[in-house]
Amino acid sequence: MDERIQKLKERFEKEISEKKDLSDIDSIRVSYLGKKGSITALLKGMKELDAENRKVFGADVNKLKEYAAKRIEARMEEFRRRQIELEIASMPKFDITAPAAKTMGSYHPITLVQRQCETIFKSMGFTVEDYPEVVTDYECFESVNIPKHHPARDMQDTYYLENGQLLKSQTSAAQNAILRKYGPALKEKGVPIKAIFPGRCFRNEATDASHENTFFQMEGMMVDKNISISNLIYFMKTMLSEVFRKDIKVRLRPGFFPFVEPGFELDISCLICGGKGCPSCKHSGWLELCPCGMIHPNVLREGGIDPDEYTGFAFGLGLTRLAMMKYGIKDIRDLNSGSLKVLSQFTDDE
Amino acid sequence: MFLSMNWICDFVDLEGLDKVDLIHRFSLSTAEVENEIFFKGSDLKGVVVAEIKSVEEHPESKKLHLLKVDTGKEELTDVVCGAPNVRVGMKTAFAQIGAQIGDITISPRKLAGYTSYGMCCSESEIGLSDDHSGIMEITDDIPNGTDIKDVYDIDDIVFEVDNKSLTNRPDLWGHYGIAREFAALAGRPLREMETDDLTVYSELPPVDLKIEDHLCKRYSSIKVENISRTVSPVNIRIRLFYCGMRAINFLADLTNYLMLEMGQPMHAFDARRVDKIRIKRFPEPFKFTTLDEVERNIDENTLMICNDNTPVAIAGIMGGFDSEIKEDTTTLALESANFDAACIRKSTVRLSHRTDASMRYEKSLDPEMTVPAIGRFLYLLKKYDGGVKVVSSLTDEYAEKFPPVTIDFDQAFVDRYTGIKIDGDTIIKTLCGLGFKAERDGDNFRVDVPSWRITKDVTMKADIIEEITRIYGYDNFDVHTALSPLYPIRETETKTDEEKIKDLLVKRFSLHEVHSYVWVYNDEQKALGIPVEENIKLANATNPNIETLRRSMIPTQLCQVRTNVSYSNDFGIFEIGRVVKGVDDNNLCIEKKMLGITLFSKTNSIKDQYFRLRDMLAAIADDVKHRELSFVTTEAEHCYEHPVNYNRILIDGTDIGYIAMVHPTVGKNIDKKGNVVFAEIDVDKFASVSVNALVYDEPSKYPAIEYDLSLDLPSDTMYCDLISCWEDDGTDLLKNVSVVDTYDTELVHRITVRFEFVSADRTLSSAEVQEIIDRITANLTKIGVRIKTA
Repeated sequence: MDERIQKLKERFEKEISEKKDLSDIDSIRVSYLGKKGSITALLKGMKELDAENRKVFGADVNKLKEYAAKRIEARMEEFRRRQIELEIASMPKFDITAPAAKTMGSYHPITLVQRQCETIFKSMGFTVEDYPEVVTDYECFESVNIPKHHPARDMQDTYYLENGQLLKSQTSAAQNAILRKYGPALKEKGVPIKAIFPGRCFRNEATDASHENTFFQMEGMMVDKNISISNLIYFMKTMLSEVFRKDIKVRLRPGFFPFVEPGFELDISCLICGGKGCPSCKHSGWLELCPCGMIHPNVLREGGIDPDEYTGFAFGLGLTRLAMMKYGIKDIRDLNSGSLKVLSQFTDDE
Repeated sequence: MFLSMNWICDFVDLEGLDKVDLIHRFSLSTAEVENEIFFKGSDLKGVVVAEIKSVEEHPESKKLHLLKVDTGKEELTDVVCGAPNVRVGMKTAFAQIGAQIGDITISPRKLAGYTSYGMCCSESEIGLSDDHSGIMEITDDIPNGTDIKDVYDIDDIVFEVDNKSLTNRPDLWGHYGIAREFAALAGRPLREMETDDLTVYSELPPVDLKIEDHLCKRYSSIKVENISRTVSPVNIRIRLFYCGMRAINFLADLTNYLMLEMGQPMHAFDARRVDKIRIKRFPEPFKFTTLDEVERNIDENTLMICNDNTPVAIAGIMGGFDSEIKEDTTTLALESANFDAACIRKSTVRLSHRTDASMRYEKSLDPEMTVPAIGRFLYLLKKYDGGVKVVSSLTDEYAEKFPPVTIDFDQAFVDRYTGIKIDGDTIIKTLCGLGFKAERDGDNFRVDVPSWRITKDVTMKADIIEEITRIYGYDNFDVHTALSPLYPIRETETKTDEEKIKDLLVKRFSLHEVHSYVWVYNDEQKALGIPVEENIKLANATNPNIETLRRSMIPTQLCQVRTNVSYSNDFGIFEIGRVVKGVDDNNLCIEKKMLGITLFSKTNSIKDQYFRLRDMLAAIADDVKHRELSFVTTEAEHCYEHPVNYNRILIDGTDIGYIAMVHPTVGKNIDKKGNVVFAEIDVDKFASVSVNALVYDEPSKYPAIEYDLSLDLPSDTMYCDLISCWEDDGTDLLKNVSVVDTYDTELVHRITVRFEFVSADRTLSSAEVQEIIDRITANLTKIGVRIKTA
């Protein structure tokens, strides 16, 4: 082998073994294999040789060239590997068994229960209506068959405002407006009125663990030709079985509410004992859940609907009570407290 | 109200029927019965009538006596007794050896050296009354050794009906009305009540009686003298006690008995003090002492019973102290009257004095009842006090009758309303059983409503449905779905927007939804140094701390944030709630539905918080409306808002609310180290903004060119003022503009803006882009912006 090639190879060997990382290697490639590199330069000096030597010399240079390229590639690979090893070695072992950060927001429990109910009703073709919190005496009382001096007005301790309006004491305050809103479609096109209207209600009373002056109800009603008590029972049973996600037994007892006739108290089989009797149902097997009934003819009439042609049922569900039952909330005041210790737990539906 | 099954059975034969089952059916068909049913006398056995034959003082005890009693056996029984009222010849209730009283079984027992072979009992011990002052004194002539249960109605089933469920049933405030329901439920006839024939007194002089006020509907009275009995018969006292009343004296007990039996309150005046009955109101307020010896304030709206001009009773509520039956009363003037229900109810509220009588009157009692009640009273009076003498005719002023009610309906109506088939015979039988006069002609029915139902609850066809169905039994209903036509429904914009906003804030921004009150809590707001804004007030708040309705969600939320500072170093709350912004021209409240968001942090800078909130609002606009928000800095409106960082929020040109930092004074009251920012959005205004349709933009196949400019803005110039500098250029190659960095000090407001250029059909040259940039920078320079090329 030509001495020059031999020397160059030795120098290459020495240099490459001295290199310490990937960035240095590239300079070697340039200085040996680049256009102006040392090996390339050897080839340029070939023309001085005779044909015989030129052939041998050329072959040797090319060998060196191949050798250098492989050597560089191997060396690079080694460095890459070492770098990865280094990266792995320098990576601490993290303890992800530590508790995860709490980043969940939360819904108010009333929102969760209200959404469940709305979903059920919407699936049965009910529209969801909203209504103001400040209403007139007419909306809350007169229009739903509670005339002035009616004893039922004493039953409810209403918050009156300076201007004679009041904070609605019951969601029934929306009945008249809803009958008037959907009445025309009922009469002209035969579209049955099917509506629920959840909302805040207010009672002027002292608060304790089971009494609040601000709470949520959800009223519902259906009006069409031939709506019957039988339909009402069917409907309440179906709806409540959906709400509680199990087969619920219902029973009706006569109940007096001015806006319905007949009016009922609806009981459901106790959710805890299923009807056998336990402390939470006071051993009766039943829980009083919601008032309901056939809409009073005066209420229909006042809403512009002829009670001789149309009948309907209405019911009032206590959303606040439902939320307390569902989640086992003991103190009703927690719901309006704004306390995140309580409320932040309600991250999702279930 | 407590009810005695024995009493009910005076009027309906329930022999052979399961009475507890009937009570449950009553609860499902008539009125709510409380869970606990009392089986009176079930824990009492072996108590007999015994006579005390001898009484000796106990040698070592001052209290105890040594008795020999005759229990009907051959030998007398030795008894040690501590009661003060023992005497020879007295008959009492005696618990023999082996007798059972409650949980106790009587056995021989040694008391201070002497053995007692049984126990003399007080009425309280055997559950006949609450009298435990001494042993029971039996005055009836009963052979010794007779089991007291054989002579007195001690065994009984007592149940309680929830008074609230009788609100609309004035006829159910006495046992006779209840018995009518049981008769209808059992399908058995109701017995007529035994009464005294009042016509025989028609020749006697009338009671001097005059109604001088229309609030008295009817007043019936009769006078009786020569009354000798003072203590009521044991059975009457037992019934009163079982039904929750105390025995007082014979006459008072009898009026109470009548009230519990017929529901008709009665009052017995001492005829020596009442001989000229006038019913009226007085124009001036005065004080009046009722028989419970309480002095009460009577105003001009309270109806009074008077002896001429002297008030002797508050009508329908309570008699007066001076005219009540005394120990020496032998002549009584009986009142059986009917008053305006609303008048009694309001007087009761004003006086804060609810009595058994007023409770009944306020339900609208049947005025037809007053005279039969007198007949019944005299019947019982004569039965238990043979020597009495009626000394007046029945005097009856009937000022106002309820008009009769007749209801016509047909079978089709019943079918439609019930949704099931109840046949005509059942309808007639049910209604007649309840005392209605019902006739049927094929499918047509005509019903006369009885007087005890027309005062309040049965006036129309729908009421008849209730009568038929409740006795039929709702448990017996065949239930089926309604067959109504189907139509699509659509939610209101506001509703869908609200739900989307809630989801975004909870799921994406980890906020917590809270609820609050629509009024201001004065004390909480005061603690933050936020004065209560003038607004409409509650007229009848009982809590002085709440009176004014809120105009904004924010003070409420700041109070809530304050109560939560220990919960976490970093949290945000929101609520969609109502505020009232004063009243409109018609004096009606202007109610608004608002979204309030408040963020609190001890770890982030207030600037970061402010931008975080801005980004949340932008996300809401983008997600719900596919629109961008714009902001206008204006002056803060309230003391709790920061004077510098307060911005109105606009969407599509509509002002929907504001975003602000808290004023440092209020902020420090919340927490010394916490940063608070908040925003309030009018939800209805937001909902009214239309949604921008989603438009698909085909991505360019050619590379984009980015170009950054660092801009030093003159004071009072904001990013929003720059936008026209590139938007007005009109080039369609500028695809996107973003802010990649901001740097703010008191002196410098620097932002780095990145422009992204791209063409749909070619690769852009840098010269082309530079040309546009040059135009933009020229525009920027014109408004005083200094360009620092990045």
